[in-house]
Amino acid sequence: MADTPSSAALAAPSQHTIELRINRQDYRLEVQSWVSLLDLLRDKLQLTGTKKGCDHGQCGACTVLVDGRRINACLTLAVMQNGREITTVEGLANLVTGPELHPLQQAFIDHDAFQCGYCTPGQLCSAVGLINEGHARTPDDIRELMSGNICRCGAYPQIVQAVSDVALGSAKPGTASTASRPVTTGVVPA
Amino acid sequence: MINFAYLPVSALETALEQIGPGPGSTTSAGFGKFIAGGTNLLDLMKENVMRPARLVDINPLALNSIEALPDGGLRLGALARNADTAYHALVQSRYPLLSAAILAGASAQIRNMASNGGNLLQRTRCYYFYDTGVPCNKRVPGSGCPAISGLARLHAILGASEQCIATHPSDMCVALRALDAVVQVQSPRGGRAIAMADFHRLPGGQPDIDTTLAHDELITSIDLPPPAPGFAAHSAYLKLRDRASYAFALVSVAAALDIGADGLVKEARIALGGVAHKPWRDPEAEALLVGQVASPAAFAQAAQHLLRGARAQGVGPGSNAFKIPMAQRAVVRALETALAGTVTNTGNNDSDNAEDAP
Repeated sequence: MADTPSSAALAAPSQHTIELRINRQDYRLEVQSWVSLLDLLRDKLQLTGTKKGCDHGQCGACTVLVDGRRINACLTLAVMQNGREITTVEGLANLVTGPELHPLQQAFIDHDAFQCGYCTPGQLCSAVGLINEGHARTPDDIRELMSGNICRCGAYPQIVQAVSDVALGSAKPGTASTASRPVTTGVVPA
Repeated sequence: MINFAYLPVSALETALEQIGPGPGSTTSAGFGKFIAGGTNLLDLMKENVMRPARLVDINPLALNSIEALPDGGLRLGALARNADTAYHALVQSRYPLLSAAILAGASAQIRNMASNGGNLLQRTRCYYFYDTGVPCNKRVPGSGCPAISGLARLHAILGASEQCIATHPSDMCVALRALDAVVQVQSPRGGRAIAMADFHRLPGGQPDIDTTLAHDELITSIDLPPPAPGFAAHSAYLKLRDRASYAFALVSVAAALDIGADGLVKEARIALGGVAHKPWRDPEAEALLVGQVASPAAFAQAAQHLLRGARAQGVGPGSNAFKIPMAQRAVVRALETALAGTVTNTGNNDSDNAEDAP
């Protein structure tokens, strides 16, 4: 870890005790200050469903839910999440009274919304967050609000269909999304 | 990542004590830094561009509210998240321009994480600044600037210096500049207010310093003055970029108009993003519109004045000369859009103000 040029003010290693609830299980963990939430999940807790794509917040593969809100696990420190409730892709399915897939997981299967599947855990958690936020009313909204999740296989049309199915219910993907609303001219690309 | 100490603080006084003295430079290693969302700071630490010795986590501080001010303005807590700010009912109804600008930036995940104070303090996305294998006057003062003779697509056309042509990447700040926001800060010496116009600085001979905020000063809120009566019904944030979403601006425009009953412009605001080291605004260009009939011709005249002195940077395919006419046309388009009504970037333009739109 100490692979940086030494500096006079370089701090001593910093170890902290944190409590997290991850996928409905409580943890008390000793973590070093510089461990990202993503590295904690993958390297320390073997929750490798969450993917490390770019590690810079550009790809969305590390998306998890913190207290129900979607974030990039690579851009936050584990110590900063002390006391929070984390949900990863491993926590989406109902394994208590199930096994029963999350509706989004089933929709991704139904719509063939992936090819290699690497981005899928992040896409799923991001879509759960999108639904929790409640701002998406059209497939266009979903396309925009899912733009933080990259799919290099290019399964975007199917991903939008799958998320639309669950988030918008009866709305038909691909229909003119703004038809029912008055539109101001000169719309800025959102 | 680098080794550092981590200190969460739950009182403002403790935060100010713990940050300790520091350098003038934003980039110097070995000092304390406040952390809130962390989306930019941690990224820069992974790249070894920022090397703080200590992170003071201010998230426990009670600075995350958004509340109306007695004068009709609005106080945005420094720790309120960008998403919560953009979707706040008072922001959407009174300052739809700010909401639109925030929602044009980053991704939903990052907007959930990023704080309002941190948005102001994010650093340039100049590729050379991020690459520790090449010189950069902002990262290592005096080492040189490869962007000037290199790839300058994301770089400045206004206000650049011989040492640095970096741009400030924020969308939110462009709207805050147009709306004359005021940044409230606290330090061991007390509080002070910094106008958005004075908060970010031009690179000049010290490109390593991004803002006029001192090392030990903490942003507590961003205050918006009451908007001119017409702004909520006539505003637009137009962002031009290399892909339709989740990309930094090549050029962006925050435009707002207050139009009198006689059809003449009473007040106009135009701020540009993606073109300078700070959100770019020129009262002279705006004054050209006052008393005029709001028309494409008048808008073009203001745009031309706003871009006077613009200078291309970069070489060959890296040249950003295209941004000068692009910025002029974007100003006209944004003003035409604002004239027609308000664009919120929420996909829901039938806001409370829609009935005011022609």
